Amino acid sequence: MVNGKDRDMLVENIKLCITGLMANKIRTFLTMLGIIIGIAAMIAIMTVSDAMNKSVMDSMGSMGADKIDVFLSQKTYDDSISREIKNKDRFNDDMLGEVQEHFGDRIAGVALSKDIGSSTIEQGKVHANVSLKGLNQTALASENLTMLSGRSISSQDENAVSKVAIVSDKYVDKIFDGDVREALGKEIELPIENKYYTYTIIGVYQYVDSGITAGFSFDDIETNVYIPFSVAQLQVENGDYYEEFSVKAGKGEDPEALCTELQDYINTTYYQDNDTYESYAYSMKESLKQMNSMLSTQRNAFLAIGAIALLVGGIGVMNIMIVSITERTREIGTRKALGATNNDIRLQFIIEAMVICFLGGIIGIITGLLFGMIATRMMGYSGTASIGGILGCVVFSMAFGLFFGYYPANKAARMNPIEALRYE
Amino acid sequence: MSQIIMHAGNIRKSFNIGTENELEVLHGIDIQVHKGEFVSIVGTSGSGKSTFMNILGLLDRPTSGSYELNGIDVSKARDDELSHIRNREIGFVFQTYNLIPRTDALRNVELPMLYARIPEKERRERAEMLLELVGMKERMNHTPDELSGGQKQRVAIARALVNHPSLILADEPTGALDSNTGRIVMDLFHKLHEENGITIVLITHSQELAEETERVVTLKDGVILGERKGQRYAG
Repeated sequence: MVNGKDRDMLVENIKLCITGLMANKIRTFLTMLGIIIGIAAMIAIMTVSDAMNKSVMDSMGSMGADKIDVFLSQKTYDDSISREIKNKDRFNDDMLGEVQEHFGDRIAGVALSKDIGSSTIEQGKVHANVSLKGLNQTALASENLTMLSGRSISSQDENAVSKVAIVSDKYVDKIFDGDVREALGKEIELPIENKYYTYTIIGVYQYVDSGITAGFSFDDIETNVYIPFSVAQLQVENGDYYEEFSVKAGKGEDPEALCTELQDYINTTYYQDNDTYESYAYSMKESLKQMNSMLSTQRNAFLAIGAIALLVGGIGVMNIMIVSITERTREIGTRKALGATNNDIRLQFIIEAMVICFLGGIIGIITGLLFGMIATRMMGYSGTASIGGILGCVVFSMAFGLFFGYYPANKAARMNPIEALRYE
Repeated sequence: MSQIIMHAGNIRKSFNIGTENELEVLHGIDIQVHKGEFVSIVGTSGSGKSTFMNILGLLDRPTSGSYELNGIDVSKARDDELSHIRNREIGFVFQTYNLIPRTDALRNVELPMLYARIPEKERRERAEMLLELVGMKERMNHTPDELSGGQKQRVAIARALVNHPSLILADEPTGALDSNTGRIVMDLFHKLHEENGITIVLITHSQELAEETERVVTLKDGVILGERKGQRYAG
């Protein structure tokens, strides 16, 4: 334990050291700079990676952790047996019906979608980028759309093969100047690969920034136009065949286990005799896990870079401390003559290094939080550096002071007082 | 005669021991200083006076010989013990003042008490009292670069006195001062000696200064040539 007298010494040393640092502001700042940059980088990285994490997890989470994607895949990557996908290789409605029957309640629904293509709709001087997609009811539900006006696509639309569409509010903003009433009931005509597709707008949904589009200008955002799946099936080639579909796991069902079973069932039932293709199923939960580990790897890599900056800063502190001790050789000799023990001298310089690193750390944290805030604001996602991370940085920077201050301080402590007093 | 405060017996000091260049600088010096005495040790450069002063000041150890300070046998003390003894028993006054830069006079005077772990309030009171004694109280919040040479030396003398040392060891205290300020500093030493009974050992090359002290010890080539009364006290 620190007794009262030693605490007094500690306080005196800190006061002394701050006076010294204030007397030489520029050098103090330059000494701190390495620590400031290192800590700021660490904090900014933590904040930004937290925001990225949230953004990715949000957009992936909204697709649903209970979702299983099934797609066609080649049995091997051997080019010699590689060939084009034919209809007999693809999934079809009969297969899907049988799969649903086999798994029963364990599957809540099968999501099917057809991408028809992207298009640019021009209206006078303005234009809107859109992508045309046909979704069945399950697929539409998993998009989690918020309807702002009108209605969504219903199963009646699906069954009746109605040529209706829902568009985003961004689309309405551009083409109808934000007037939703004007948009509803209007026709939307999309030119895609020399064909024109025309639908009646029945609803407007709220566009959600997925975070993946961060950095693109507002004008270039491509939003989706959704139409009934049955309509899309008719309007593309091989509409009844699919190269992929999604399954929503039933309540209480483990998506990962179901994923494996599903793939095994489809492969043993339909692809045993197929020379090239088979199905491959993968669950969102698994990819969430992968994404998580990828993000944390990325974060660690960035943190390592920050740590290197911090290390360089620490070496800078050590360097300046050595210079400062050489400059103050006579002072050290005087202190020893006046009765300072080696420990007193060592303590004085270790405290000085720790104070420099601590102050540098504090400035670094403030700078880092500021930069992190600016960066995450630009990304459109809020992120925070954890309190633990901030405290960690403070402790880390002081530990740095201790580590890089010890050698110079020890050098000072072991100076011969006679030589130190004689030093010019 | 009053109590012996310092007793060095048969002090020898050699450098580069065990090499071809081994050199004995002090060849067995005996000296006693009584409490309240004002003694000067005079010698030209090369006489061994600096080496002897370092040993007296516990900054260096003799190769052989005995050394007692205020009844403590210091010849076998460890480094840390020497620091504590220096802190309590010896007050240094250097030719170049050696005040801590960027630190005001008050804090400079407090410093030896800090190393003695004396509480802040007591430190402050005692430092102010001593600064008053040397006539520097009104400038106690000035840093060394705001003080003249004579003023710095007076602060240094106050600093030397704070821990009630057994003796003041003054190494050429007027060496960097002009004759007028040097005079002021010497008068201060006389005052401390006569009025406060402080024991002072003055190390100098100047015969003139040495004559002002009670006892003049002349050192030459590492041996004591002789001792006599200073002229100021001879009459």
